[in-house]
Amino acid sequence: MSSPAQTEIPTPLGDLKIQYTKIFINNEWHDSVSGKKFPVFNPATEEIICHVEEGDKADVDKAVKAARQAFQIGSTWRTMDASERGLLLNKLADLMERDRLLLATMESMNAGKVFPQAYMMDLDISIKTLKYCAGWADKIHGQTIPSDGDIFTYTRREPIGVCGQIIPWNGPLIMLTWKIGPALACGNTVIVKPAEQTPLTALHMASLVKEAGFPPGVVNVVPGYGPTAGAAISSHMDIDKVAFTGSTEVGKLIKEAAGKSNLKRVTLELGGKSPCIVFADADLDNAVEFAHQGVFFHQGQICIAASRLFVEESIYDEFVKRSVERAKKYVLGNPLNAGINQGPQIDKEQHTKILDLIESGKKEGAKLECGGGRWGNKGFFVQPTVFSNVTDEMRIAKEEIFGPVQQIMKFKCIDDVIKRANNTSYGLAAGVFTKDLDKALTVSSALQAGVVWVNCYLAMAVQCPFGGFKMSGNGRELGEHGIYEYTELKTVAMKISQKNS
Amino acid sequence: MATINGAVENGQPDGKPPALPRPIRNLEVKFTKIFINNDWHESKSGKKFATYNPSTLEKICEVEEGDKPDVDKAVEAAQAAFQRDSPWRQLDALRRGQLLHQLADLLERDRAILATLETMDTGKPFLHAFFVDLEGCIKTFRYFAGWADKIQGRTIPTDNNVVCFTRHEPIGVCGAITPWNFPLLMLAWKLAPALCCGNTVVLKPAEQTPLTALYLGSLIKEVGFPPGVVNIVPGFGPTVGAAISSHPQINKIAFTGSTEVGKLVKEAASRSNLKRVTLELGGKNPCIVCADADLDLAVECAHQGVFFNQGQCCTAASRVFVEEQVYGEFVRRSVEYAKKRPVGDPFDAKTEQGPQIDQKQFDKILELIESGKKEGAKLECGGSAMEDRGLFIKPTVFSDVTDNMRIAKEEIFGPVQPILKFKNLEEVIKRANSTDYGLTAAVFTKNLDKALKLASALESGTVWINCYNAFYTQAPFGGFKMSGNGRELGEYALAEYTEVKTVTIKLNDKNP
Repeated sequence: MSSPAQTEIPTPLGDLKIQYTKIFINNEWHDSVSGKKFPVFNPATEEIICHVEEGDKADVDKAVKAARQAFQIGSTWRTMDASERGLLLNKLADLMERDRLLLATMESMNAGKVFPQAYMMDLDISIKTLKYCAGWADKIHGQTIPSDGDIFTYTRREPIGVCGQIIPWNGPLIMLTWKIGPALACGNTVIVKPAEQTPLTALHMASLVKEAGFPPGVVNVVPGYGPTAGAAISSHMDIDKVAFTGSTEVGKLIKEAAGKSNLKRVTLELGGKSPCIVFADADLDNAVEFAHQGVFFHQGQICIAASRLFVEESIYDEFVKRSVERAKKYVLGNPLNAGINQGPQIDKEQHTKILDLIESGKKEGAKLECGGGRWGNKGFFVQPTVFSNVTDEMRIAKEEIFGPVQQIMKFKCIDDVIKRANNTSYGLAAGVFTKDLDKALTVSSALQAGVVWVNCYLAMAVQCPFGGFKMSGNGRELGEHGIYEYTELKTVAMKISQKNS
Repeated sequence: MATINGAVENGQPDGKPPALPRPIRNLEVKFTKIFINNDWHESKSGKKFATYNPSTLEKICEVEEGDKPDVDKAVEAAQAAFQRDSPWRQLDALRRGQLLHQLADLLERDRAILATLETMDTGKPFLHAFFVDLEGCIKTFRYFAGWADKIQGRTIPTDNNVVCFTRHEPIGVCGAITPWNFPLLMLAWKLAPALCCGNTVVLKPAEQTPLTALYLGSLIKEVGFPPGVVNIVPGFGPTVGAAISSHPQINKIAFTGSTEVGKLVKEAASRSNLKRVTLELGGKNPCIVCADADLDLAVECAHQGVFFNQGQCCTAASRVFVEEQVYGEFVRRSVEYAKKRPVGDPFDAKTEQGPQIDQKQFDKILELIESGKKEGAKLECGGSAMEDRGLFIKPTVFSDVTDNMRIAKEEIFGPVQPILKFKNLEEVIKRANSTDYGLTAAVFTKNLDKALKLASALESGTVWINCYNAFYTQAPFGGFKMSGNGRELGEYALAEYTEVKTVTIKLNDKNP
């Protein structure tokens, strides 16, 4: 992770008031059609922050109507200059900057993110994402094509239409900007369903969308649960595309529903069991630190967690020793408090699952080097945990843990470690640590992962496409490529009396 | 006609149209020195030169006159700013883009000041400077700000056991020589892509119109571009211009001006160090009006197309070909328009046409008008200078013009509209293309096939269909043949400001 600049990190907002708790449709705030609300929790204290309107199919239907209306030919949004769409996205980014302290405080409180990280990293990436996408708006080119015949042919990259976007709880703001940024740059309209655990920053962003001047119906936000609001989106007959970030298990359901309903286009960013390969010639300190951040960042709640660490035999013991030392440097507690550098897991379900997997590690014979259980009596905290002597058959080496648990395995030869690294149905990220030019290039080519980091990890940049091989996802987000995922290509062929080259 | 849309953000809530922007009264000219390394310098020679207001014929102020030693100093600064490890080379591309956005913000803030300066220095109507020149500048910087972190090379599947990729690197120190007809706008067209791609720049604004470029220097400094990234050396063509074109440490030159000088620039560039060259030169642009055109639209577009900016546009519609059947009516309506064109003080909101830029241009235009009369064209209106009015010329229309007349062959760069007749499409295509120029062309027709046929057949870098002077920062602009080399604006501009490096890494055949 690139370290934050020497900016002063302010203290979190002391008296954070949650202003926006309703459903956002047509730039207006609505109660749920059913009248129901649902509670939103602070995972550090297990207390309820507030209640939010609970959207279901009826609310999704309302949102789709609004989004469809805003997408009509002749609408303000459809007739707007593309450069103007870019200006609106830049404006939204400026408003995020203005409300940075508020958004970081809210994100920290609701998602359990350590405050300095939320302020410096989450907000930074989110703002950059919007600015990056803003720049693309009037640069989405089609082509004129030298086709056979007396025909003048060109392509148009048009917006797809109404896009449903289902956002996870591990990076609520970042994941929101990754979805709406490209979608709006291309001229689509969207219906966002934030995770039920973390709807608050999405709702504040909705207020900024309105303030920035996006026309009504272009962005709609329907908080609610997966089986209700999420399912309604995946199977809606009038939604043209669904984008989902979350578990592979739910991703499969979404793609199935999309196929069963109207063949809406699907992009998925799912889970991972990403390998990190450390060769004996690597810069050891560099490798230890990046491998560490790679699995412990945000309490291990990242799809790209480096949760299978393969270390070459000759440096294995030293590597384990340094990794354990590193894992002991955490101060757990309320992420809003100063001096805390590890927050809670998001909820009870995750907490239980992680502790269960830790137990399996102990039972199946891995060596527990540190941590190994829950921390504290209140809040969903887990001690930073390191296992060594892990073998490929163990559950902790196969299943996605999504917690602060590091697995360190040994390898002898390069061919073998490549095979083992690829031996998973996941394929999201991978790390390679070596000083050797040839090894770096060959191994990165051989790994079945959508993102391969060499001598670094978690080096996310908004300019680069991100996504998974195999069951870690379909399609890419960000970069030029990610932009095109939000367009539908139309070929126009006009008969002319005579063609000349 | 280019977009006229600038006062939207000042819209009144009660629905009344927004108030027109006003020029700054008694504007003090603050920046008159040479700009190097974010500092203001006097000329090495100690010389200064005067810049005049063509409307009043009065001197506005004196400006430091650069020459070769000043260019050398500027190039040194630009080179230093381009060194590996320099702040500019190490900056994230996204950050370069942000600096360009901030520059656009400052242009918005100082829009009225810049428009006032531009009007004083060029004589163009203030509202045109505000709504066309400044609007174009702001949009250009914002457009290229967006490209900065999207300049991508390729990874390439070559033969053999090799890893191959390209880097699209900045070229280095770029020289830019800009004209007097759209001083700030033509500068933005060069500066924006150059900086977006990570180059450093040495600019020479036209000697007739240095003021807005120097003001821009102050904004560059205010935004926080590192010193040496942008340097501005005012002066004359044969001294500063020549020094830039032949400088051995300048890696690329971009020039907008006459074809005659463009040739000299390319020659000097080749003789010295083969620096890369892009040129935007003159034009004798055909405007083809078919019988099935929307006649009112065609008349208006053709009128603005040739008279806009006092006729001082490289894109001037200076050969209007009208299909026989509608010829008479077209001439009649065009003359009406020309007679109504308000000529006067550029600071008056009603004025559409100000003075020509200087005596030299003024004399050339009148000479060409005389040639039109002598060679037998029919003078419909205008045809001489405004009485008693310095550099102002009456909007002039000639009909019954034939291809061999001087007014049909030479670039006039003044408020003179030559109208010619044609019978059929094949004929007009040939006649439109029989020129060494090839900048723009316009076609007025409602017929799909005719439109596409003409778009394909005309040898011009831009073809406008049922519009004129429709410039967009997203679309490339440049000339065929002797109207120029290369393209400005759009994604295409990036290719002119980057140098492609191919990196080929052989892998060890012994490894798996």
